[in-house]
Amino acid sequence: MPGSSEFPELCEAVAAAPAVSTVGSRTHWEVGGAPPIGAVEVVAPSGVVVFDPDDLTVTVNAGTTCADLAAVLGARGQECALDPRDPAATVGGVLATGLSGHRRLRWGPLRDRVLEVRFVTADGRVVKGGGPTVKNVSGFDLPRLLVGSLGTLGVIARTTLRCQPLPAASVWCTTALDPFAVRAAVLRPACIRYDGSTTHVLLEGETADVAAELATIGGVECPVPAWPDAPHRGRISVPPAELRPLLDGLGGRGGLSVPGVEWAAEMGVGTVHVAAATPDALVGAREAAETVGGWLLREQGAAGIDGFGIALPNLALMRRIAEAFDPTGKCAPGRLPLVRDPVLVEQSDGI
Amino acid sequence: MPAGVHRAFRRSLGPIVTSNDTTDALLADLRATLGPDRARAEPLELALYSRDAGVARGSAAAVCFPRNGYDVAQAVRVAAQHDRPFVVRGSGTGLAGGATPLGDPLVIVTTQMNRVLGVDADERVAWVEPGVLNLDLSREVAHLGLHYAPDPSSQQACTIGGNVGTNAGGPHCLASGVTSTHVLAVECVMGDGSVAQLGGLEPDVPGYDLRGCFVGSEGTMGIATRVAVRLTPNPPVVRTLLLDFMSIEDAAATVSGIIAAGIVPAALEMMDAEITRAVEDYVGAGYPRDAAAVLLVELDGLPDGVAHQVREVERVGKEHGARHVRVAADEAERALLWKGRKSAFGAIARIAPDYYLHDAVVPRTKLVDVLRQVYSIASEQQLTMMNVFHAGDGNLHPLIVFDAREPGVWERVERAGDEILAACVAAGGVLSGEHGIGIEKRDAMPLIFSADDLDAQARLRDAFDPSGRANPQKVLPRGSRCGELTRVPEGAWI
Repeated sequence: MPGSSEFPELCEAVAAAPAVSTVGSRTHWEVGGAPPIGAVEVVAPSGVVVFDPDDLTVTVNAGTTCADLAAVLGARGQECALDPRDPAATVGGVLATGLSGHRRLRWGPLRDRVLEVRFVTADGRVVKGGGPTVKNVSGFDLPRLLVGSLGTLGVIARTTLRCQPLPAASVWCTTALDPFAVRAAVLRPACIRYDGSTTHVLLEGETADVAAELATIGGVECPVPAWPDAPHRGRISVPPAELRPLLDGLGGRGGLSVPGVEWAAEMGVGTVHVAAATPDALVGAREAAETVGGWLLREQGAAGIDGFGIALPNLALMRRIAEAFDPTGKCAPGRLPLVRDPVLVEQSDGI
Repeated sequence: MPAGVHRAFRRSLGPIVTSNDTTDALLADLRATLGPDRARAEPLELALYSRDAGVARGSAAAVCFPRNGYDVAQAVRVAAQHDRPFVVRGSGTGLAGGATPLGDPLVIVTTQMNRVLGVDADERVAWVEPGVLNLDLSREVAHLGLHYAPDPSSQQACTIGGNVGTNAGGPHCLASGVTSTHVLAVECVMGDGSVAQLGGLEPDVPGYDLRGCFVGSEGTMGIATRVAVRLTPNPPVVRTLLLDFMSIEDAAATVSGIIAAGIVPAALEMMDAEITRAVEDYVGAGYPRDAAAVLLVELDGLPDGVAHQVREVERVGKEHGARHVRVAADEAERALLWKGRKSAFGAIARIAPDYYLHDAVVPRTKLVDVLRQVYSIASEQQLTMMNVFHAGDGNLHPLIVFDAREPGVWERVERAGDEILAACVAAGGVLSGEHGIGIEKRDAMPLIFSADDLDAQARLRDAFDPSGRANPQKVLPRGSRCGELTRVPEGAWI
């Protein structure tokens, strides 16, 4: 099923542009490397293409917002666990930045939702990777390659995603249990959120099970907790086993003390959402992360600091991949530190 | 699959190379590097490693048995010095010829790298060597209340490294996901002998998901030398149900009805009339011999939720014409029901000496249509066909049983295979759900991928292995790189 006749306008625009940058809702615009300056901005098509609830899959154009997708799926009792912070985000934007949602503990990372991707290459061809079925090992896994590629391999135009039935019950609660002990006490929690003082747990599943587990952890139902927000935001990624030393440091209880930083950790996952009043404070959180073998991705603000703070692992291989798909480097230049040597945190702006 | 059952009918892809000066030099260097007992090239061994559990036969120049990642890197370097390709192999249970040596390569066997290196029970992660057997890993962590979720039918014999190579599935992957979902990081030796870690224990790694590319790459992107896998807590309650139907349509409608009721079972398997009878005659699991189809449904979780789901599945089944719904009363009965499903291959050995197992996926909503076509293809080709498959995710496994001594039968088996694949693709399906592409379906790739799609995959592979030495001629048909497009060779085998 060759796809050269699909997305003709998008293909033409990408092929003609000397440099190209894909724009969705700009909710993830500052994630990672600096937005390319002077690149031609292109927009992916929008709209749900095929949704058959029996197949537990949906094919959607990348420019569709997650809110619109959720409405279509929800009308038939299903959902796709993309879970962006801002539901105005487009599906393509979420995929390109690769930011997993807060229910990762239960449903796995974002990349596990993606079954098939159609993207427009630097020279304006449509390439399909993966397949539309929930199970597929036909060929190399291009969909996973594209998740988190920040637009550097081409423009994501359309994707097929795995859906799931909406849970019968979904309850946020607080618990007095040690945040490190919650995971062992419940079977399949959707999220365990700890911010240094309060432990929030999201329980999802059969109504009776949610009630039983609520009782097990002495949970008190509560409103949906907000994730930290401030002009400068990022997310720390550490092996979950390193969360204890990291969080002790972030909370100022021994280890590193980082004033001006608000954080919330996804226990059992290793993601820590960080919001800082100043760029310096965000840099402080990054250094705390690096102390325990983690790193911090800049999500918003702090324009003066590097998007990643660490070199890309296996840089030579990543460069070869980027060059294989985009030989002239015209796709989202600068979003990933592929070409230049990795830039370390600029000390002048830092501590 | 149980040893000794599959009396394979094989097709030679080339002459078996006997020892000569070039292979002697390779062997000498391997022995000098890895140790005298670590490399072999005796004709009997080369014949043994000339194939996996699939039908294609190739030829190896030599076979080596590294003890650790360092040995693997050394072996790859020695192969490079001798300008030889290399093929990694675990237990050789693959069905698509992914481990079949093409181009007289060095075969690197990982079965002696079989240590579980470390288990973190709190974070539910294990680092293992690639030669650890799938089921052994689950046994090793059972006392911690954990298991390794992907459970291919060959799990007693297949290795984690092989599972990573093929992105293996299994009945319980419906709810828990296939291998890629459970692999956090891979340490691997690349085509140039360098060592890299792809992925990590941290949730995100900056840049591209190289780990995701590597899993399922069938040895074409390098050799896994250590794998960090996610372990899954054992559910407190497991219930297994057997539902039997007078028509395949009713069984398929029940599958859809269960999903529509908001339930994604841990496993949802279907067996047709032929295989149900064969299995019942073989193990006596209490499957109804007169059913047109049976469904095996497994539900797990917490007590109340599972009880509710059992009632729902019973209700949906009855609504769609289930004659009986049998809920296993205890662990022994549950094991018996699964024994029926898992003994399918043993059962068919009583019917005919050879079998050919297909693997394709269709959208679940197309299951009945495609099954009808599969039956009519079998009847046109005068072949005995049975179906035992993962209904929950639309993963079909048509099983053709035959006697290879019958003149002309293999041609009919091949023809049926081509037609089944074409029917699945026409229904919006894909070429393989869990066995992989290997050599078996390599030349069928253009059925679902355009020249541009294949070009992109070839570029990805070349980026991983610019030397082209890692398991050459697999997965992608010749001429996949644009600019070198040629016709698919005559006699391409599917």
